[in-house]
Amino acid sequence: MRAVVTVTGKDKKGIIAKVSAFLAERGVNIEDISQTIMGEYFAMIMIVDMSEAKTELSVLAKECAEMGKQIGMAIYMQHEDIFNAMHNV
Amino acid sequence: MFSNNDVLETIAMVEKEHLDIRTITMGISLLGCIRDSAEETARKVYDLVCKKAENIVKTASDLSGEYGIPIVNKRVSVTPVSLITAAFPEKAPLVGKALDDAAATLGIDFLGGYSALVHKSLADYERVFLRTIPEVLATTKRLCASVNVGSTKSGINMEAVKMLGEIFKEAAFLTKDADGIGAAKLVAFCNAVEDNPFMAGAFHGVGEADTVINVGVSGPGVVKHALEQIPDADLTDAAEMIKRTAFKITRAGQLVAKEAAKRLNAQFGIVDLSLAPTPAVGDSVAAILEELGIETVGGHGTTAALAMLNDAVKKGGVMASSRVGGLSGAFIPVSEDIGMIRAAEKGAITLDKLEAMTCVCSVGLDMIAIPGDTPATTISAMIADEAAIGMINNKTTAVRIIPAPNKGVGEQVNFGGLLGRAPIMPVHNCDSSRLINRGGNIPAPIHSFKN
Repeated sequence: MRAVVTVTGKDKKGIIAKVSAFLAERGVNIEDISQTIMGEYFAMIMIVDMSEAKTELSVLAKECAEMGKQIGMAIYMQHEDIFNAMHNV
Repeated sequence: MFSNNDVLETIAMVEKEHLDIRTITMGISLLGCIRDSAEETARKVYDLVCKKAENIVKTASDLSGEYGIPIVNKRVSVTPVSLITAAFPEKAPLVGKALDDAAATLGIDFLGGYSALVHKSLADYERVFLRTIPEVLATTKRLCASVNVGSTKSGINMEAVKMLGEIFKEAAFLTKDADGIGAAKLVAFCNAVEDNPFMAGAFHGVGEADTVINVGVSGPGVVKHALEQIPDADLTDAAEMIKRTAFKITRAGQLVAKEAAKRLNAQFGIVDLSLAPTPAVGDSVAAILEELGIETVGGHGTTAALAMLNDAVKKGGVMASSRVGGLSGAFIPVSEDIGMIRAAEKGAITLDKLEAMTCVCSVGLDMIAIPGDTPATTISAMIADEAAIGMINNKTTAVRIIPAPNKGVGEQVNFGGLLGRAPIMPVHNCDSSRLINRGGNIPAPIHSFKN
């Protein structure tokens, strides 16, 4: 199963490093990563593979949001199906 | 596959525009619970509901966590209680109490189905059952009641309409310390649907499977935001934009409904494509109508804008879901929509305009507070008017009206939470009692004879 991790907020050093380390510790593999910077605003979107994850998605999503707060970013982790459902006919 | 913009759009819908799944409602058949005595039946009902729905709150929370979309309400609807208590209708309140207790055990806020279907005529047991409604609503917290008093196929049962006027008054009077909240948990329907997931009018129809999951989506804020992006568009383009938005919202509902049904061992019932407001700012149906170009909801043009909105929501939603049902349309409850509350306070929206609006959208006169001294026959007459609109137009209409005890125009009722607050609106003072006291039936319209 794959999930989408979205990180948004003011750009600063080391965001990708922190988020990818956090995911790696929990057995989540990053398959694709893209980022854009609009002015000082940062948006990173990762597609991750959850097949070897150590925790359930709903729990991991909460931990991600928590970690995001600590580094001053908004982090969302969601099942990819929600985007497939909403944006594909 | 989806693009980065799609991802960011979905997140913005949740974060800024109040996109949510409004309710996951489990419909449970109680027909297998009927026993020789009311006591035994009530015990069986409590056990069954607690067992079938034991995981509803946890499953909703898991799904919400996985998909990143809030699921606001978890609810249960059951077979109309009048049917399972037909042998001992005077003891139906025991079953009502059991259902209220089950809702408390499950940790859900509302359970619907203290209901009767009397659209053609009243059986003796139904007369007794209807009389128990006010007391049951006053002594329970989570239980909701509804009565179907008419249908396109059978006409309007005016004896039931007369009783309902009295029942609304009594339900409000018995809860006078809480602004008459008893009446806010009661709905009079014409053409009631069997798979409605929304309270207070939800019940589980006898044509349904044992256990069913029905989901109500919402998102007035998302629709308004989409329209704000095209402020100068003509109405053809505006309708198109509403359709596209409704499609996306409904797809989220369909995904959650199917997954919830699987995890809860229930059949996937329907997705109800309704725009349901809450008292929160940014979650208002009135605000959509105002964004379309009416200064204040209730002004001339409101009915036209609402007709377009209602139709566009359905067209977008039908394509997005494999099974659509319930009420499916825009809701216009006064106390639950901040835009409606403001318009009512300004006097911009009146009962007459609301009645006109119910001709073109789902449901009807919803969560409207009226003076506590309004005669029961006047309330019955309001129910008859709404039922007539539903009967003639082949659609569901409903009345959920609160005759606020000891209060009059200029004052307000405040229920808090999702039920919100409402200024008391004036009603016509003309006497309608002769019409109501005639009784009998308003016969089914000629266009109902289609066989």
